Amino acid sequence: MQETTTINNNFKSEEYFINMGPQHPATHGVLRLLLTIDGEIIKKVEPDLGYIHRSIEKMCERDSYQQIVHLTDRMDYLSSHINNEAVCLTVENALQLEIPERVKVVRTIIGELTRIASHCLWWGVMGMDVGALTTYFYGFRDREMINDIFEETCGARLTMNYNVPGGLMWDIHPNFVNRVKAFVKHFKTKIPEYDRLLTGNVIFQKRTKGVGVLSKEDAISFGASGPVGRGSGYSCDVRKYHPYSALDKVTFKESLQTAGDTFARYQVRIQEMWQSLSIVEQLIDNIPEGEHRVKTNAVIKLPKGEFYQKVETARGELGVYVISTGTKNPYRLKFRSPGFSNLSLLNHIAVGGKIGDLVATMATLDLVIPDIDR
Amino acid sequence: MTNEALQKLISSWFPNPEAGITPEPIQVSEGEGIAEPQEPINPSLLEFTEEGSQFLNVSVKPENLHELMTQLKASNETSFDYLFCLSGVDWGTALGVVYHLESTTYRHSIVVKVKTEDREDPNFDSVCDIWRTAEFHEREVFDFFGIKFHNHPNLKRLFLTEEWDGFPLRKDYVDEINMVIK
Amino acid sequence: MSIIEMVLIALVYLGIFSVAGLFLVLLERRVAAWFQLRIGPNRVGFQGLLQTMADALKLVSKELTGTEKADKFLYNLAPYFVIITALMALGVIPFTKDFQAFDINIGIFFLIAISSIGVIGILLGGWASNNKFALIGAMRSGVQTISYELSVGLSLLTMILLTRSLQLSEIVEVQKNGWLIVQGHIPAIIAFMVFMIAGTAETNRAPFDMVEAESELGAGFHTEYSGMKFAYFFLAEFINMFLIAAIATTVFFGAWLSPFGITESIPWLGVFWFLLKTLILVFLMMWFRWTFPRLRVDQLLTLEWKYLLPINLVNIVIMAFVVWQNLIIQF
Repeated sequence: MQETTTINNNFKSEEYFINMGPQHPATHGVLRLLLTIDGEIIKKVEPDLGYIHRSIEKMCERDSYQQIVHLTDRMDYLSSHINNEAVCLTVENALQLEIPERVKVVRTIIGELTRIASHCLWWGVMGMDVGALTTYFYGFRDREMINDIFEETCGARLTMNYNVPGGLMWDIHPNFVNRVKAFVKHFKTKIPEYDRLLTGNVIFQKRTKGVGVLSKEDAISFGASGPVGRGSGYSCDVRKYHPYSALDKVTFKESLQTAGDTFARYQVRIQEMWQSLSIVEQLIDNIPEGEHRVKTNAVIKLPKGEFYQKVETARGELGVYVISTGTKNPYRLKFRSPGFSNLSLLNHIAVGGKIGDLVATMATLDLVIPDIDR
Repeated sequence: MTNEALQKLISSWFPNPEAGITPEPIQVSEGEGIAEPQEPINPSLLEFTEEGSQFLNVSVKPENLHELMTQLKASNETSFDYLFCLSGVDWGTALGVVYHLESTTYRHSIVVKVKTEDREDPNFDSVCDIWRTAEFHEREVFDFFGIKFHNHPNLKRLFLTEEWDGFPLRKDYVDEINMVIK
Repeated sequence: MSIIEMVLIALVYLGIFSVAGLFLVLLERRVAAWFQLRIGPNRVGFQGLLQTMADALKLVSKELTGTEKADKFLYNLAPYFVIITALMALGVIPFTKDFQAFDINIGIFFLIAISSIGVIGILLGGWASNNKFALIGAMRSGVQTISYELSVGLSLLTMILLTRSLQLSEIVEVQKNGWLIVQGHIPAIIAFMVFMIAGTAETNRAPFDMVEAESELGAGFHTEYSGMKFAYFFLAEFINMFLIAAIATTVFFGAWLSPFGITESIPWLGVFWFLLKTLILVFLMMWFRWTFPRLRVDQLLTLEWKYLLPINLVNIVIMAFVVWQNLIIQF
């Protein structure tokens, strides 16, 4: 069903504005898009941000490093553990702390589980955005299991705050290993179910294939990262290129698709769930014994200098850029958030499509608004 | 490319006219000593340092910024095609922008820094014709630091409203109602 | 029939079907819950049977809000257009031989005509709300209904070739020798499938819910409606769904006739058979809704004009051939 969007010039068509958001079901939060539309065809998408901007970067300048970790939960709340980890790694690398193997492994396992949970939610919402409401509940069923594991071990379901500079807040719960194993076993039977329900659906494929195409060059130029970049064939997995924690000990395949359309990004995320499962499986059986935390000073002072740490959150590359003057607060702390760069390419790929295409495209960009409005 | 090789290559693009003769490659390749401030005359207009950072840092004057960036992206040996972070920084007296670049082909990184003392009307050349991601990032910097970028297609406030007074991420920003200072 | 009699029958119908519509809403919610690993409403009344009653009461007692800039007259008129046409169509549905309020000789034609009026209500509502999302929804609805009307009409016309009558009672009469879907075999099955697709589109239900498309347009044409006015739209959607299923039952599955005539001696059981068949089809439509993603608006039109319509036209010719050569299967 190729779309034919030639406009007959004999009819006078008029462009008009429409406000999508800040309260709109497809923007998943308080994102406001100013759309210029001609009939159903999108002419221009201009994001208007700042509805939940809390200026976390400014707050960081007055907080200690331990406090900053807690603020990062509130950025990309679906990858909160990985955000925490990014700040902790920055601090640990700056202090040149030797982190116990146990901590690294546990961090990686929870990080990958976070990624799966985030992708589960994304999958449910993706289905909902293209009109299949049932997916939402399937995605949440599985995400709920992960959240339960987190609740038991970390003490919270969403904003976990399990990382502290130097290790973990406390040791893992005795049930942790068994529950994770049970989840892995359960989830292996559920991803094929996802495929049967949505991936193979002909309407879904028609809605997503060839929609919102992003070329590899553009992906790099726009700073796309995570599944958005990998859907365009741009190999950008931080876990591969700059491995952190225990990721250098595991083998996994970076999921790449070359089509660059909405369906490719969809497939990348589905494959990523498999990859994350395999990482968890490789690590869960041999979590090394040892301390869950190394002692740090009560007041952490970073040496003078600049520190940069990249991690791969569920959405892409999160960068933490710290400029320290040797005091207990950072002089400047910048979060390079994946959503912000991914949002910047929305106009580029959505123009020319229909409103329905915009919604489908936006769903695969998987925007989390607090991540953009830091 | 290693940092040394990068430094050698990039510094040769911008020879310092005051250094008299163009620097000979052998002279530059001696090591990091070249870029250190003790050196009487820097053979290049750029300043290099690796101190206190895991990347190679290049400081560039605002007037050379766009040319350097174009070269960094276009040169086949460097091909920094991925601008992964663009941050505005308030250095107290000066305002600056820090560009983190990576090459997706060679996987080497570099940090480019640019500063200006002019706090009233700071402006630099925009790099969004080189990396399109800069368009949003520069708007963010403009919004929070008030740094203007020449040739930016759509330079207006991104997060804050148009009538917002001041630039919140500057160190001298005062807002007694909204800011909690410890 | 005297006027009083007609008014009484109308009131009885109104009572029965408003309540029946509410129960359809409940059914939808329970079915949706079943598909979605949930329980669904189960607190109000036995197993949540009174839930939608409570909802309706809430909607009745709610304040009606609207926009300042709406065209008040048309804005208020729109919901009535939709609900009245939906209820009117029920008058001709043959629940049993005797339980049929209004047996006119152009029954099918009347049903098609009446169901097109409903869309005027949606168009009016979307237009008069003075809201861009509602307007887009209304325009989509106009485009969609005009297109799919053709398929609904043509697929029913295919069956009329078999029955040689537009009168619903006669259509049922013909089926005493076997349901039309059996009598007409291949072309009838194709016609049934086309009818179900087009019928789902006609009622603006997923996967053809362009008109509401909540992830795209918020709530589509009824964005600005609240309280009872919204409830009318909502109820009408369910009655329309019931209607499409009822028409399919009448035309393809022998209406109130029992399978193989097993309960022919007890005529009042016809209601049971009719409702059973209709509810199975309703369930099918709910199944569509909770499984399929939504089509895009241009794909919706492509499906109709490039696929369904040609199939339909060819199908009519096939059916004509079947009737001409007397290849009908009859018992």
